[in-house]
Amino acid sequence: MHLTDTQIFILLTILKIVVVLVITLTSVAYTVLLERKVIGLIQNRWGPSRVGPFGLFQPLADGIKLFLKEDLMPFAVERPLFVLAPLIALSCALVSIAVVPFGNVFEYHGVDLFQISDINIGLLVILGITSIGVYGIALSGWSSNNKYSLLGSLRASAQVISYELALGLSLVGVVMRSGSLRLRDIVDTQATHGFLSWNIWPQLLGFFVYLMAAYAETNRAPFDLPEAESELVAGYHTEYSSMKFAMFFMAEYANMITVSCVATLLFFGGASSPLGHFLPDNFGGPILMHIFPVLWFVFKVFCFLFLYIWVRSTLPRFRYDQLMSFGWKWLLPLSMLNIVGTALVLAFKG
Amino acid sequence: MQLALFIIFAVLCVAGALNFLFQRHPINSALSLIVVMMSLAVIYWTLGAEFLAAAQVIVYSGAIMVLFTFVIMLLNAGEEDRTHGSKAAYFAGIPGAIGVVALLGYTFFHEKAILGSVNLGGHLNNGLNNMVEISKTLFTDLLLPFEVTSILILVAILGAVVLARKEH
Repeated sequence: MHLTDTQIFILLTILKIVVVLVITLTSVAYTVLLERKVIGLIQNRWGPSRVGPFGLFQPLADGIKLFLKEDLMPFAVERPLFVLAPLIALSCALVSIAVVPFGNVFEYHGVDLFQISDINIGLLVILGITSIGVYGIALSGWSSNNKYSLLGSLRASAQVISYELALGLSLVGVVMRSGSLRLRDIVDTQATHGFLSWNIWPQLLGFFVYLMAAYAETNRAPFDLPEAESELVAGYHTEYSSMKFAMFFMAEYANMITVSCVATLLFFGGASSPLGHFLPDNFGGPILMHIFPVLWFVFKVFCFLFLYIWVRSTLPRFRYDQLMSFGWKWLLPLSMLNIVGTALVLAFKG
Repeated sequence: MQLALFIIFAVLCVAGALNFLFQRHPINSALSLIVVMMSLAVIYWTLGAEFLAAAQVIVYSGAIMVLFTFVIMLLNAGEEDRTHGSKAAYFAGIPGAIGVVALLGYTFFHEKAILGSVNLGGHLNNGLNNMVEISKTLFTDLLLPFEVTSILILVAILGAVVLARKEH
């Protein structure tokens, strides 16, 4: 059977989507395990250790548990929106991974195997999808018809909208340096001298603003006020059970992974090797030379996820007014300062 | 392929707009408006205006409509009663709307040669980036209107701050 180019394109794209989704969902499950293990070790206890060796099958057991639980739906909820909200949250969290390049360009019949779609405004697409994700949270809280949920979702939406500005502006410096919004171009400009040409060095300020805004954007500690369990029961997903709750849970961790991917791509050279051209480019033979970049990428993303967990287990939660004044009075001016500084440097360099 | 995209999202857009009018709960209307905006963004994209598409999603769907839903959520607006509407709507509004649509349709079809047509989806496949062109136009030819608009927005922000400020 002979396939035309269009058919190959469609088949390979579907294959890529399936593979990336499976890998993302698996890493979501194992990020949860990693979090429980690492926090356990930091707090001087074991963490999950019963299911399988070192508790490695714990995500599987959790998944089965969430699947088989009874799906409760209170009478007073706004039914269609109540069902729609977790779907919006999860799909927005998963869609943005489509523009992330995981490895070097490797074309098979004109289809790039290590990126689902190479869009020339990839960065803006990620920012846009993140800004849509807030509806999942806002609608879940409102449709639950519960005051704790509503308060949680109001806090979450206000927080996400406020920090989105600082997040977007902190990335402008990187875009100005590379002159493109295409993620591959941004990675390529950092690939020349290994870790020395990473964007983190000239964009240190932008990186820290991005990191803090990203933590707030994903509603993670120390900015996890929307689900502050000591005051709001569980925040916006109080009324959710079974798979609907699991969707919010997965969305949170998928967002963490996306944010880590963006940080890796923009500030840490993406899939390029930190050693630069120290090793020959075809090191390891025809197949391994395409696998190594993917491994570098995964390693860098893993470091960010570890940092996430470390921060969560170390820092206490912000107060709401502190959160707002920090976002508007510190992060936003700092990111603008970063833009002005980068523009001046670029202008003087010619 | 591009035609399929256009048909899907055009239908979605019109359906969202109709749903926006017929829903009785304000939050459902707000959500249909988001659907309209997102489908419009996809259509912009197929026409080669990818920056406009991204800006549409980020600014309108991501920021402005969030504030709309916020207001609806906080006001706790309930379902509206359906009224029969005024007589003026029946006698002037509906014929007027039909007239405007007919006029526009006639103009577009009659002056097709002068207005020109755009190749649907022709920009989807080439890797050109129109952001460079947009910024060049914006910061050279249209610099004055651009800056005046920024000052206008600044004035609006200051006004909002003055209104919201607590008197001590």
